[in-house]
Amino acid sequence: MATYIPTTPDELQEMLGAIGVKSIDDLFAEIPPELRLQGELNLPAGMSESEMARKVARLAETNETVEKNVCFLGGGAYDHIIPAVIDHILLRGDFFTAYTPYQPEVSQGTLQCIYEYQSLICGLTGMDQSNASLYEGATANVEAINMATAQTGRNKVLVLQTLNPEYRRVINTLNGALGVEVVTVPFEDGAVDPARVQELMNDKIAAVVMQYPNFFGSIEDIERISEIAHAAGALSIVSANPIALGLIEAPGKLGADIVTGEGQPLGIPLSFGGPYLGFIAAKKALLRRMPGRIVGRTKDIDGKIGFVLTLQAREQHIRREKASSNICSNQALMALNATIYMSLLGRDGIKEVAYQSFQKAHYMKRELAKVAGVSFPFTGSFFHELVVKIPNARKVLGKMAKKGVFAGIPLDNWFTSLKDCVLIAVTEKRTKDEIDNYCNMLGGFING
Amino acid sequence: MAEPLIFDLNKDGRRGYALPALDVPALDPADHIPSRFLRQELPLPSLSELEVVRHFTRLSRLNHSVDIGFYPLGSCTMKYNPKVNENMARLPGFAHIHPQQPEETVQGALEMLKTLEDQLAEVTGMDAMTLQPAAGAHGEMTGLLIMKAYHKKQGNHKTKIMIPDSGHGTNPASCSMVGYEVINVKSNDRGSIDIEDLKAKLSPDVAGLMITNPSTLGLFDENIGELASLIHSVDGLLYYDGANLNAIMGWTRPGDMGFDIVHLNLHKTFSTPHGGGGPGAGPVGVKKHLEAFLPNPRVVFDGKKYKLQTKCRESVGPVLGSVGNFLVLVRAFAYIMVNGSEGLKNSSAYAVLNANYMMARLKKTYHLPYDRFCKHEFVLSGKSLAQYGVKTLDVAKRLLDFGFHAPTIYFPMIVEESMMFEPTETESKGTLDCFMEAMEMIAREAAENPDNLKNAPLKTPVRRLDEATAARKPDINYFQRPE
Repeated sequence: MATYIPTTPDELQEMLGAIGVKSIDDLFAEIPPELRLQGELNLPAGMSESEMARKVARLAETNETVEKNVCFLGGGAYDHIIPAVIDHILLRGDFFTAYTPYQPEVSQGTLQCIYEYQSLICGLTGMDQSNASLYEGATANVEAINMATAQTGRNKVLVLQTLNPEYRRVINTLNGALGVEVVTVPFEDGAVDPARVQELMNDKIAAVVMQYPNFFGSIEDIERISEIAHAAGALSIVSANPIALGLIEAPGKLGADIVTGEGQPLGIPLSFGGPYLGFIAAKKALLRRMPGRIVGRTKDIDGKIGFVLTLQAREQHIRREKASSNICSNQALMALNATIYMSLLGRDGIKEVAYQSFQKAHYMKRELAKVAGVSFPFTGSFFHELVVKIPNARKVLGKMAKKGVFAGIPLDNWFTSLKDCVLIAVTEKRTKDEIDNYCNMLGGFING
Repeated sequence: MAEPLIFDLNKDGRRGYALPALDVPALDPADHIPSRFLRQELPLPSLSELEVVRHFTRLSRLNHSVDIGFYPLGSCTMKYNPKVNENMARLPGFAHIHPQQPEETVQGALEMLKTLEDQLAEVTGMDAMTLQPAAGAHGEMTGLLIMKAYHKKQGNHKTKIMIPDSGHGTNPASCSMVGYEVINVKSNDRGSIDIEDLKAKLSPDVAGLMITNPSTLGLFDENIGELASLIHSVDGLLYYDGANLNAIMGWTRPGDMGFDIVHLNLHKTFSTPHGGGGPGAGPVGVKKHLEAFLPNPRVVFDGKKYKLQTKCRESVGPVLGSVGNFLVLVRAFAYIMVNGSEGLKNSSAYAVLNANYMMARLKKTYHLPYDRFCKHEFVLSGKSLAQYGVKTLDVAKRLLDFGFHAPTIYFPMIVEESMMFEPTETESKGTLDCFMEAMEMIAREAAENPDNLKNAPLKTPVRRLDEATAARKPDINYFQRPE
């Protein structure tokens, strides 16, 4: 068995003597005997590091990876290229074995990284302020809705049906628990007609929640919908794909009051769903409604620039039940991951990732159009994700998976009206060969 | 010299990373996206790869961390994070799988989840677990939603949760997030829950009692059996905040103490790294009668295959967009596998030994408000230094000069000038002795040269920072600095 406990038998005796007890058992004496665990925990015996590593590696090997297969899956998590530099920096113990920067004098590394992260997110989204990060994309909307209901004193939200259905479920669970009424605005042709939002809008609505590009990859008219929200005194909440923002306009320029999103596309491995990164950024007026940690720049007593956790009067450890959120940790290491990615790719690199993803997705659509039997249920502008109708889609997807192609997500998982419709994502990582091969294979399975 | 901001290292035209050349025919995006949706400005910096590496490496050197030195931050369990667990989390079969892959292609991942659920249920004495919550506070909210769903099904009208005055700040905040009102219960002179105060405040509209045991004072509440009976007498549920589970693994279990719901902090007890403040993981365990309310999806095994099931109609619903912080769970899985039952029990044994060893010596120098054996952590008061004009904050700052992280300070709030120390089991006697010498030297300095403390720290990358101005004139975004 490996051990991470350094104490020798001699030291143990010395320490027990100093405490004035005979054995460690004596230190547990106040646990009533009837509550003591009788015998051992029913777990396998411990093992050495190398034995464990072998077993875990064997288990991991039974999974099919996006490295060995070709991944056209999206729906909120995307198979982008991840530069090698990121992990080398994340593996520095100075970052990953530190905690929340409670003592700023010995946490300037973490604090400055968060300040840079906040600024980069503001730059990307076109907003005034960002927090230090949230868990992931779904719960980021929950926090945004809490901000909006607190700010407006209203208790009802409009959620576009084109918001990721998993996010909508999480909103129902968590905002629903506080009695927030959620009204779903239906889509037509892959996006929501702003007129539908107008019909449902009134002075009881705290916010409209939308996704940009939306779950189907279409570019939702967040500008017009934000105008409709503002006219009724409601806030506009936009869940944005951060990579798309290298090509499409910042939500801050199009009327958003709060921008949230899933930061996974910013260099974070797919990881079967987590840990990912939730981001949230808002307009100035909402500063004191922000959940979680915020880092500010200031000076020390010698006048030297330094960074601290700030505006803590919003937070749970001070305000307890009156806090703006219960959130305590952020996703600091994932925020660092995204910060390194954005710094390394830089302005031109992020633009290029977005541009190439757009180009390859549009190439794929042109090639798919040549496959007999394939059709496209929606017509609008899209970024790097599109919906394709394939005869016997589930069967075909299964066959393609066996041939090493994760060909798309069946949309009847969530939308009964979209039987045989498949959501396909194409990132800069896909090659022309992979796309061509996909289309050939698909043609074979549909028509074979 | 201070490390410049990443934005100040910008050089237009510089590239830090090259993508493969575009290998498909290109379109003009302007022909396919309306112009008002095309990005105009993108204010991100441009740097070379080496500049990025140096910038973040230099920043990393400004941090204190477990890898550098002792980190006795109470209630945070800053134990060693085994390096091999980082390797396990980077195995391609775990790191490079998409959450929407067909179930047949992720059987190993699902098996890992199911096994870890069962192991955590065994450690806590619960019947079923969810691994979905992303952090401790998220686990609290999930546990409270389960509580709410239970009372709804029972037809109970419940509006309040009882929390001791020593509880973590997240406890009352989580109650508010699910719409429960908070009733504070006092602690008695032994640092345990004041049963008389609890009885006086207990009423049929109390949904549950939310406690940490051992408490944030590091003290085991020996009346836990009676507390469980009392809360159950009004059909309330007993909730276990697992922040301090590192004190009792293999010795006693929340499930055996009468708890109905438990949340864990895997980044504390199960040694997944704290990451500078996350990501964590906050699994929630429940007794059989609450299993149906656990979040969707559940991992199930039908004898042949693992599946993600979302059918249960009574479920509170999903609380996260995925199955959980998967790679954090992988690290905990590896940690439990190496330790086994004996290793986990030893971890708690030595965590408690180390804390009592420190307490026995430091109580000779600093005031110990509750003089009884502690569990994995203990709380001292710095109030005896007030006569020299020295505060707990000054002690904490002076410790930084000695190369140690400070204890948690000013929490729990029920102890004046509190300092909460949690050494963990992975620290050696030698480290503890050095730290205690520093604590004793600081107490002498307080009497002889109090300015040394008030001016501390002197040797850190920056000295005390102006937090008041930071809050009054927030500078939180490089692009919008205040005048």
